[in-house]
Amino acid sequence: MTNSSSSKKHGQDQSELSGPTSKSQRTKMGKSEDNDKKNSGKKLKDVEISVPIVYGNMAFWLGKKASEYQSHKWTVYVRGASNEDLGVIIKRVVFQLHSSFNNPTRVVDAPPFELSEAGWGEFEIAITLHFHSDVCDKPLNLYHHLKLYPEDENSSMSTKKPVVVEFYDEVVFPDPSEAFLARVQNHPAVNFPRLPAGHTLPPPIPVEDANRRRKGDTKDNPLSQWFLSFSEADELLQLAAARQQVQAHIAKVKRQISLIEGQHKQLKSSSDQ
Amino acid sequence: MDAKDILGLPKNSFPSSADKKPRPPKESQRKPDGISREVYALTGRMPPLMPSIDASQLKKKHPPHEKITWQWLPFTNSARKDDLHLYHWVRVVNGVPPTGDYSFAKYNKSVDIIKYTDEEYEKHLTDPMWTKEETNELFDLCGRFDLRFVVIADRFPSSRTVEELKDRYYSVSQAILIARAASSGDVATHPLIKEPYNVSQEMERKRALSMVLSQTRQQERKDEEVLVEAKRIAELRMASKVTEQPQLVVASNADAEVTERAVPGETISPSNVQPPSMVVPSATDNASTLASLRMLRVYLRTYALDQMVQASNSSAGLRTIKRVEQTLQDLGVNLKPRVPTKAVCAEHLELRREILTWLNLQKQVQYKEAEGSSFRDGSYGETPGTPKLLRGADQDRTFIPDSMNFGDIHKTVVSSERVGKKDQKRKAHGGPPTSAHKRPRKQKASDL
Repeated sequence: MTNSSSSKKHGQDQSELSGPTSKSQRTKMGKSEDNDKKNSGKKLKDVEISVPIVYGNMAFWLGKKASEYQSHKWTVYVRGASNEDLGVIIKRVVFQLHSSFNNPTRVVDAPPFELSEAGWGEFEIAITLHFHSDVCDKPLNLYHHLKLYPEDENSSMSTKKPVVVEFYDEVVFPDPSEAFLARVQNHPAVNFPRLPAGHTLPPPIPVEDANRRRKGDTKDNPLSQWFLSFSEADELLQLAAARQQVQAHIAKVKRQISLIEGQHKQLKSSSDQ
Repeated sequence: MDAKDILGLPKNSFPSSADKKPRPPKESQRKPDGISREVYALTGRMPPLMPSIDASQLKKKHPPHEKITWQWLPFTNSARKDDLHLYHWVRVVNGVPPTGDYSFAKYNKSVDIIKYTDEEYEKHLTDPMWTKEETNELFDLCGRFDLRFVVIADRFPSSRTVEELKDRYYSVSQAILIARAASSGDVATHPLIKEPYNVSQEMERKRALSMVLSQTRQQERKDEEVLVEAKRIAELRMASKVTEQPQLVVASNADAEVTERAVPGETISPSNVQPPSMVVPSATDNASTLASLRMLRVYLRTYALDQMVQASNSSAGLRTIKRVEQTLQDLGVNLKPRVPTKAVCAEHLELRREILTWLNLQKQVQYKEAEGSSFRDGSYGETPGTPKLLRGADQDRTFIPDSMNFGDIHKTVVSSERVGKKDQKRKAHGGPPTSAHKRPRKQKASDL
């Protein structure tokens, strides 16, 4: 019994060993091909670029100035997670508002990608991100439920403090084109991937002038004081603590199992006699 | 305006909506008394859809010739035999107090207990188990306590079980009925003849009941173990069905795992026990999920995470998934990460996988324990089932009184209360009932 299972394991190991090697060979071959053809449209396999974004809305109650149909002034936006200029990736953002608004389809062609309106009701806003042609020709949809009224009943509405609802997410581009990689390789808005060893990118294309970039980021945005911060470290810490606990539990249960099995063995041998 | 158009109502029947206080156009449409103006405004001065009671009727004054007074008057209760005079407030119309019996007297129901003569007793009722005195005593108590046999058994001078008392009472009644009837057809439909009392069946019923109620925790646990085992087998069957498909696609290395999973009960060497194989399919699912994500060319990290979670859940049952999520919450981890970076998502998935492993190991422990205890019982008990029967027999004597309490608990409580009250009333003539009198009474009822 044990013999057969161990031989099976051997078989497994072998197949596992042979699996990755053939794969790496394949990728190596692909890479050499990549190096041969130096056209800008080619894709890089097993590399992903991700762009951390934050989307959401901020709503100010108008207080005394509130009328029946305009109780709040709100702004819906898509921003870089640390307020970087997203203009380097996003060409255009389309906000689809409730049909009761005039021209409910609002197009924002340049950063910052935000839209301000006044209203009284909450509804779902469809946000469509269109990317530059070298990034991705497919648009990406986000959905945000506009929030005007504070979540908990206790906090009364105030004209000073806005209601802020934001979500962190990352736009992921698997297999990005080399041209895209080259263009954004030093840009702060982008999580740049570690490139496969031996791979070199063409020298960065001259960066846009500093003026334009400052215009696009949201660091000086009047709303920026209310922006929420998203800490990856906190999240990782929490997860690590949880995993530690679960691993301890697993170890305990495993000990329990081996204990029970030991008892079984004893019982069995005693009953056999 | 649209609604009016649809209903075909003339538009001018309503004054313009801006007009805050429209005059009621007709006498019949004036707001009835007793309805607040606001409520009436909600009806829009339309006739109500449902017939309603005219509110004026509810507040209608009595006809002027009816003069109502309330008077403190004496009354007698036909349900009482002592002709006691008590007083209560009575509604008197035009100075004429209501006549007739006390309105609650009809609730004093009593049972018609068959009476037998000495002659009848000698002829039909002799029984070696019962003396005439005992039988007389029984019928006296039956009359006094309206066939509340638990109480009767409590008061009965010699120790007889409830079943014995019932048996004697019903067999005597039956015998008398048959003896007095002109022909057997006359009494065939009588409930006492039609549905005779079956002592052995009653004894068995109460014994069974007491057995269920007196089941020990150990026994309950055993039942639970059997259920767990059954569930485990069912899940295994499901799982092996599910894994059959990936087995075809996945590399042959999964084979060993799958076959092992199909028959984990057969694993003999303890070292052979693998951590739950859920991990294997989920890992392969991840690869396919990643491939399908790549096809999208652009996606959100949260979307990718959702897909991965779904893929890793695909091999687990709905309950297991719920338990994983409950565990996440217990650990203080967000079900959906707040900052879903690549690293966070990877950790999150890892954590979910570990929780799944943990839950599966817990199941294994349960299974092993169940296996162990059944093994032990198998080696020490003679045959399965005998301990149960033995215990049942042992406990018969001690638990039957208990079961009686359950069978007749309603009657017992009610009757003891009523008896208590009657006793109190009786005592009220002599002296005030003491609380000391009441307490032992209650205790007795619950001790039965």
